[in-house]
Amino acid sequence: MATTAPSRAEPGPPPDDDALPIGGPIAVALVGLGDWTLFSARALAGVFGRAFAGRELLRVAVEVGVNSLGVVVVTGLFIGMVLAVQTYSQFHTVGLETSLGAVIHLSVVRELGPVLAAVMLAGRVGSAMAAELATMRVTEQIDALACLGVDPVKYLTAPRFLACLGMIPLLTVFADLTGLIGSTLICLRVYGIDSHHYWEHSRSYVGVWDVGVGLGKAVVFGGVLSLIACHRGFHSKPGAAGVGRAATEAFVLAFVAIIVLDFVLAMFSNALHEVIWPDAVAKVV
Amino acid sequence: MADPVLQLRGVGVRFGRQEVLRGVDLAIDRHQTVCVVGESGCGKTVLLKLIVGLLTPTAGEVLFEGTPLHRLSERELTRMRLRVGFLFQQAALFDSLNVYDNVAFGLRAKGGVAEAEVRQRVRERLAEVGMPEGAEGKMPAEVSGGMRKRVGLARALALDPDVMLYDEPTTGLDPIMTDVINELILRTRSRRPVTSIIVTHEMRTVRKVADRVVMLYPLARLGPGEPQVLYDGPPGGLAEADDPRVREFVAGDARARLEE
Repeated sequence: MATTAPSRAEPGPPPDDDALPIGGPIAVALVGLGDWTLFSARALAGVFGRAFAGRELLRVAVEVGVNSLGVVVVTGLFIGMVLAVQTYSQFHTVGLETSLGAVIHLSVVRELGPVLAAVMLAGRVGSAMAAELATMRVTEQIDALACLGVDPVKYLTAPRFLACLGMIPLLTVFADLTGLIGSTLICLRVYGIDSHHYWEHSRSYVGVWDVGVGLGKAVVFGGVLSLIACHRGFHSKPGAAGVGRAATEAFVLAFVAIIVLDFVLAMFSNALHEVIWPDAVAKVV
Repeated sequence: MADPVLQLRGVGVRFGRQEVLRGVDLAIDRHQTVCVVGESGCGKTVLLKLIVGLLTPTAGEVLFEGTPLHRLSERELTRMRLRVGFLFQQAALFDSLNVYDNVAFGLRAKGGVAEAEVRQRVRERLAEVGMPEGAEGKMPAEVSGGMRKRVGLARALALDPDVMLYDEPTTGLDPIMTDVINELILRTRSRRPVTSIIVTHEMRTVRKVADRVVMLYPLARLGPGEPQVLYDGPPGGLAEADDPRVREFVAGDARARLEE
């Protein structure tokens, strides 16, 4: 199959079923994963080689960060409130409602804040990035970049990768904070839990490590999300349908990657915690 | 005789099961203006993209000044591309940049050119293609199709290319704007020695600008073993070509096709 040379202009089109002797979706997925890895390595080379315009980085950072703040804040606030509502009745039954601060805050900081912020951004930013790059592919703007002596992968992907790497953890901080505010409002104002014990439990069980793990996850989610979105955009098929499909694939693949990586990173962070502090007692609320 | 600037040797291109080009041999001499004509889907645009390394052939090789493109390092390929200007079918202007920044893009990306010189060069190129003053700040979405083509041409010419590739430069334009583009192609050639390859199915463009015409035919309509290049010669010989398919194309006569 005719391809654009991977080490030159930009990676070639996605694998074609006909080109694979054994065929099948697993083979296509594996070839796609390999192609994505090469694409990502090339994008990272663009980051270290500063092969992009600073103005483009600023534009994407504003789009990813500032323009996404509203949805992230709303998501965080309501997740905190919902968690408080759902867990209160169980904890109240056994008289442990003051422990809600610890349970909810730990969940928000370690899991829900980073995962939900990343999923929200995969929908808002990832699919928009894929659609933008797919449109550039369809209208030959990516070919034009190559003809003007610029590596399109480095030039277009590196600033998007850096913007997501920096902005998604920052947005996660906002999701965490508003999650805490939402849960605290419901627990203290609606259910009348004693604030002293609520905060004491929270302080005892949520530490810098937990916040660090959550933000570390957000960094990984941000990087992977941007690389998946850009890869899909670059490999868009022609026409409006191709652009739409690229945007949808970007969201679906990024969502699956975030969930799988969340599991892997949770296992890894626990193992790392045990290596660093082998005598630490398991957290029991 | 000097070596050709561009050469295609037994080039074939296949996308999955679809074969687009097969065994194409072509040598283009320095400062020649070659029009590549043929029906839609015969592989004209693919041919242009092969020349600039945007696509790699599945068979055969493409040579630029005697060196096969697949042997060029990334840096050498970039250097080669900077010597080739490409006017895309829909101009392919960068949406997020205004007219000025589009034309300045290649100069800035190349580096080593002072901003004052960039400004001068951009203004010269925009004036050459007849863009009105005041259009510099407009976004691509705010200018007409003909103007987009002209800005695309100014962008391609900004780096003073040795080879110009035009992909259907007049498609979708009105007759006056078509002639404007034809005149600009001629003017470009008279201003600087440039080798030009023009992919088109506009016979007026062929008659006006071409030194040589190459006609490709869609593989799907060819019999096995038939060459894909149906005609390679001066534009004057098209109407009297031996092959009736060439004469039908030039005359725009579809009767034989409808009777198939």
